[in-house]
Amino acid sequence: MQQIIYFFIRNKNFLLFLLLFLVSIGFTINSHSYHKNKYITSANFFSGTIYNWKSSVTNYFGLREQNEALAEENLRLRTLLRKQQDTVVAKEIDSTILPAPFTYFPAKVINNSYSKTKNYLTLRKRASDNIEPDMGVISSKGIVGIVNNVSKKYASVQSILNTNSKINAKLKNSFHFGTLSWEPEDKNPNVVKLADIPRQAPVIVGDTIITGGKSTIFPRGVLIGTIKNFNLSTNQDYYDVSVELFNDMTSLNTVYIIKNNEKEAILQIENNDNRPTVVLDSINQPSPQNNAEQ
Amino acid sequence: MQNSDLFLNIGRFIVLIVVQILLFNHINFLGYVNPYPYILFILIFPFTGNKSLLIFLGFLLGLSVDIFSDSGGVHAAACVFLAYIRPLLLKFSFGVSYEFNTIKLSKADFGARITYISAAVVAHHLVLFSLEIFNISHIVLVLKSTLFSSIFTIILLFCITLLFSRKN
Repeated sequence: MQQIIYFFIRNKNFLLFLLLFLVSIGFTINSHSYHKNKYITSANFFSGTIYNWKSSVTNYFGLREQNEALAEENLRLRTLLRKQQDTVVAKEIDSTILPAPFTYFPAKVINNSYSKTKNYLTLRKRASDNIEPDMGVISSKGIVGIVNNVSKKYASVQSILNTNSKINAKLKNSFHFGTLSWEPEDKNPNVVKLADIPRQAPVIVGDTIITGGKSTIFPRGVLIGTIKNFNLSTNQDYYDVSVELFNDMTSLNTVYIIKNNEKEAILQIENNDNRPTVVLDSINQPSPQNNAEQ
Repeated sequence: MQNSDLFLNIGRFIVLIVVQILLFNHINFLGYVNPYPYILFILIFPFTGNKSLLIFLGFLLGLSVDIFSDSGGVHAAACVFLAYIRPLLLKFSFGVSYEFNTIKLSKADFGARITYISAAVVAHHLVLFSLEIFNISHIVLVLKSTLFSSIFTIILLFCITLLFSRKN
């Protein structure tokens, strides 16, 4: 017995080191699986408040670009509205009766990282908005990421510039779809990779890529980017496409969180069917059990 | 540890974390190179201080940075590792008798100082990036990130220790 106690006393530094090191590695591995770690996240009250102070100072420096971005978005939306009014004249449907499938909530980016292999953003949301993990986040120009952790006033978002993110995307002018991911090798924050586009697909440099809508996270047709270049993958059956994002991921300010109001219904029917879930926008492809928990 | 020493260390702990998360995490030199000079706390923790305490404080230091950068526990692991091997590094750079002489980092000679800082920074960054990237097939990326960030951090730490060394 004495021997054991002596052993502990003699090696107390090593044992303490081993314990804390293993705890840290545990946290690290936990953070790789999807929204499992609730505490080591910048969405908590303490870090959220500090980032909020920071952004209340730094926000002033980007006001001009923010105004330009908003004017640009207004222009795009006005053009869409004009087109709609011009074409749909006779068909007047009272859309207020039908529940809208998607609800949008505004949020402000208070912290943004884009230089690591696993990047996250921190958002300040309205306390009244009921944001949950697994909701999509877009900006006025395109896709940003997926909500990872939520507290009362803040939310952390797993950016698309994260090696764990897998997002379903398709070509705008055909129905061929693939998986959007990020290659950390070149660490370019404006280029992502689209894999598994079949060889038959009409891939042309400059074509637009949009979200595929095969999941409950992003609606179909959210802009992603344009094709920068492409080549056949090693097995010659699929294209590997480099996609230049519309979004400048290094300067984000106002974003929108998307809530899918039909999510429960879709997941319920998918789980009841007992068939494998379709390609999900998300991380480590959550199993049906995971979805049921949410 | 004396009282003034205690407050000095607590203040240093907080200031280094705040500067790290608000400033140094957003430098992105050449697109992706960031320095991590917050490990200065571990480097200049009193050389004769309690080793177990240092390991524990290293864990807290790393975990605080982790919370702010959503990185799980990579900084905590790297800091705990650095705190654990610090006696070895001290022995290696200042000689076996470091514990009995009252050496201060700002007063040590140039060669010993550069060995100590560089070895510590490289050890910390290697653990940090291996865990952050966590993928054997990206080993080149790990080494590249370690090299560039280490150079940046070493230069910064040198400037900081020069700036804040008290002349007496």
